[in-house]
Amino acid sequence: MTLPKSKSTPESAVEKKPIPWHIVFFLGPALLIYLTFSVYPLLDTLILSLYDEQKGQSSFVGLQNFITLISDDNWSSAFWNALANNFQFFIIHMLVQNPIGLLLAVLLSSPKLRFSGSYRTFIFMPTMLSVVIIGFVWQLLLSPIWGISENFLYHLGLDHYFDAWLGKESSALITLSFISVWQFVGIPMMLIYATLLNIPDDIVDASVVDGANPMQTFWYIKLPLILPTIAMVSILTFVANFNAFELIYAVKGALAGPNFSTDLMGTFFYRTFFGFQLQEGSATMGAAVATLMFLIILVGIMLFLFFVQRRIQRFQF
Amino acid sequence: MMISAFKNFNLGRSVPKSVAIHGVLMAYTVIALFPILVVIINAFKERRAIFRDPLAMPTMDSFTLVGFEQVLLRSDFGLYSWNSLVVTLLAVGLVLLLGAMAAWALTEYKFRTNLLITFLFAMGIMIPIRLGTVSILRLMVDLNLVNTLTALVLVYIAQGLPLAVYILSEFIRTIPKELKEAARCDAVSEYKIFFCIILPLLKPAMATVAVFTMIPIWNDLWFPLILAPGEETRTITLGVQQFVGQYVTDWNSVLSALTMAIVPVLVLYTIFSRQLIRGLTSGAVK
Amino acid sequence: MLKARPVTLLKQSAISLTLVAATITSVQASGSLSIESWRSDDANIWSDVILPAFNQSHPDIKVHFAPTPPAEYNSALQAKLQAGTAGDLITCRPFDTSLSLYQNGHLENLAGLDGLNEFSDVSKSAWVTDDGKEQFCLPLASVIHGFIYNKAIFKELDLKVPATQDEFYKVLDTIKSESRYIPLSMGTADQWEAATMGFQNVGPNFWKGEDGRKALISGEGKLTDKAYLETWQELAKWKDYLGRGYQAQKYSDSQNLFTLERAAIYPAGSWDIQTFNDQAEFEFGAFPPPVVKAGDACYISDHTDIGIGINANSDNKEAAKALLNWMASAEFANLFANAVPGFFPLSNHKVAINDPVAQEFVSWRDQCNSTIRNSYQILSRGTPNLENALWNVSAQVINGTMSPEAAAKKAQDGLQAWYAPQQ
Repeated sequence: MTLPKSKSTPESAVEKKPIPWHIVFFLGPALLIYLTFSVYPLLDTLILSLYDEQKGQSSFVGLQNFITLISDDNWSSAFWNALANNFQFFIIHMLVQNPIGLLLAVLLSSPKLRFSGSYRTFIFMPTMLSVVIIGFVWQLLLSPIWGISENFLYHLGLDHYFDAWLGKESSALITLSFISVWQFVGIPMMLIYATLLNIPDDIVDASVVDGANPMQTFWYIKLPLILPTIAMVSILTFVANFNAFELIYAVKGALAGPNFSTDLMGTFFYRTFFGFQLQEGSATMGAAVATLMFLIILVGIMLFLFFVQRRIQRFQF
Repeated sequence: MMISAFKNFNLGRSVPKSVAIHGVLMAYTVIALFPILVVIINAFKERRAIFRDPLAMPTMDSFTLVGFEQVLLRSDFGLYSWNSLVVTLLAVGLVLLLGAMAAWALTEYKFRTNLLITFLFAMGIMIPIRLGTVSILRLMVDLNLVNTLTALVLVYIAQGLPLAVYILSEFIRTIPKELKEAARCDAVSEYKIFFCIILPLLKPAMATVAVFTMIPIWNDLWFPLILAPGEETRTITLGVQQFVGQYVTDWNSVLSALTMAIVPVLVLYTIFSRQLIRGLTSGAVK
Repeated sequence: MLKARPVTLLKQSAISLTLVAATITSVQASGSLSIESWRSDDANIWSDVILPAFNQSHPDIKVHFAPTPPAEYNSALQAKLQAGTAGDLITCRPFDTSLSLYQNGHLENLAGLDGLNEFSDVSKSAWVTDDGKEQFCLPLASVIHGFIYNKAIFKELDLKVPATQDEFYKVLDTIKSESRYIPLSMGTADQWEAATMGFQNVGPNFWKGEDGRKALISGEGKLTDKAYLETWQELAKWKDYLGRGYQAQKYSDSQNLFTLERAAIYPAGSWDIQTFNDQAEFEFGAFPPPVVKAGDACYISDHTDIGIGINANSDNKEAAKALLNWMASAEFANLFANAVPGFFPLSNHKVAINDPVAQEFVSWRDQCNSTIRNSYQILSRGTPNLENALWNVSAQVINGTMSPEAAAKKAQDGLQAWYAPQQ
């Protein structure tokens, strides 16, 4: 990445001049806004996590907030619970959302498919809606009181499987995960679909000429080519899932009931930071939770890049 | 299960195959649209009729517009929509422009801090700006920007830039070198190269960035709630959320409010949808 | 062409900035006030009834009522106070939440405010420092717990209003076996319903109101005592009478089930009266939490729920004080009690309440002993917080995922962990 000094054209011209004004012009505005309203606040938050604030007095406490978070009983059980739930939430997305997205993308990209534009538009629609709407709708649909899902299952002869899914500890998180999958399946679908459309026809044709059946064509030609996209989708899912907050907040409130069974890192952060009902919020503890989320996401991405991305890269076209 | 599905759908160009494909896609379309339809249908029904049979279409007896009347009477939907529109368009527009400029600078020019800045932007894709909320709030107070749309626009630009820079950089890399080299040989200025040659080429990728930047901004609840909760600066998502909180038992009004919030998004999306796919597909390969 | 674009965009944003800034400064300059509140249900009443009445005597002070939905109020307010964007007047939650706002310098000391003379010390106690010296909010209203019932259903099934627990369960059994109505309309999805409409509603009869509450504070009583255990055992019995899937039932569902005549009895807070007046098309009445056996003294939760204070950073404290003084007047008490039935003014003025159900609620003050919710004063200052713990365990007891004994132990352990008198 470090460049040899002898490289030609614009950059050598740049080095001669004291200030490369065109770079400043192009990069300056974006960098200024980004540094001021994103990088600085995030760093400030990291620093804040090393302090404790009591009655307006702030004092440096080092890693004490983190030690409290992972070892003090009052905090640690909530923290580990939120983390475990978050992994469950993520795994459900990986196992359900991305395969469904892949399937829909493959179907949508079938040659000469009629109405593919309409399908694409419709299936992507839930992604466009805000959680305020989505939370309300799904509570209405799943509510045992108004009976929509129950009637539906009744017509399929499955009504004895119906339960107050959103209200039971054992099923609330899974149900919310599925709602989230329903909302966001459009994103992996679109990204994979776009990659599939990008596969040059001649590659596919060549494999057909070589006598590969469609299944083999998919398995040996298309799949390797869309693997980088699937990898990107996975990483986007990971990041999005570990930031998830809105849906849980809209449906279950900040207490993420029943009995914290739907608590994710995002809701835990919110409660710690802003407090809830009679529990007072703490900016410094909140900052500590935010910092841990930051680290978890970072470690997740590093692991991913290290173990997965490296192997996939070579297939890129 | 997935694999066997592919097997079926990839077998020749037979009629059963296309029926099966349409079957699956149609089934999923129903799953995607059904909940939205439930909201819209019930918005036009009388309160008791909603509870009696939520899936029935409005009839002569049960049809009512009272919910919409209530929404228009009791909340300033026009203002909220306008605020959302201003914030979203300004933020998306600036993300596109500044993002494209930054992406160009980072991919085209070599300078000492290039790698660091690229890395900083890449981090932004992964680390949500929301984690810095406390400091953002303090900052906005110091700048005297709380309860202004400007505060929202600035934060959304900062939020949208990383992804924009990433996608546009990837795209700029695919632009043939010859184009720029030729221009440089003709002694065209760097500014002109960017604005007259590169920027027009970025259009398809910009549509993708626009959609992916627009969705979270339009639907955001967090920053409007914290940075601009005032009546004058309320966005539509916040307005709907507060309206729902306020009239939670009055389902006519709530469903009408939700319907009114759904429609503009769907219209915007339908407009952008074709560009989105064009942008996505023209991304990597040329 | 393209170069012109950023300029226009910048210009537009500059214009919008100036415009927005202009509106804000003009609002502040005209000497108007803005009230932070969680009572979004009452927004129309404030803007249509209460504030116009205030403007009759104070035409020069413009007031804007700016509510945030209840569940978000505390955190949104906290954020706004830190940002300096909170309104001039702050609606105060009782006890510790507001006390900490005061201690952090967000609320003004109200010493010397004439209006305070209109209130008894008991009313004021919810918004005063521990030493009783500094008052930081003016008391506004209290709310009372009880049960609201559908009179038509009671008539149809020939039921009498229950006074004792035996009668209460007999009524519930009859509704359950002889009709399709849901006997009790309550859900656990929001959790606070279980604690507030359940635990704090029926509990005072077991822990003898103030005696029990004060014993907890002094450390003489424990949440594992018989009284609390019995309260949770009581709640555990409720689950047989709740609607199907009550675990996913939210507060608004509970209200709707009642107003749509699908449920017969609704464990209530008096603030529900107003919503029901708007939405129910039948007659409803109210009864206090049934006592254990006939002749027992009865206790009700008569909770000092709302106060109002002045933002310490307000630019307009004189106008704010004028408004507060007016809120201590007899005129306001009358207006408020009748515009928002179910909120009972705390001032010493004699107030005639017209709403029959609100009247019923307030009449219990004469027969029963009043107390406030036991988790609000002092006991929610530490972590884990007693109020939040009560939400959790009460909901779990009703869901059947926790035994009353386990609930008592968990709540007590949590309190004991940080509260010295309990250790």
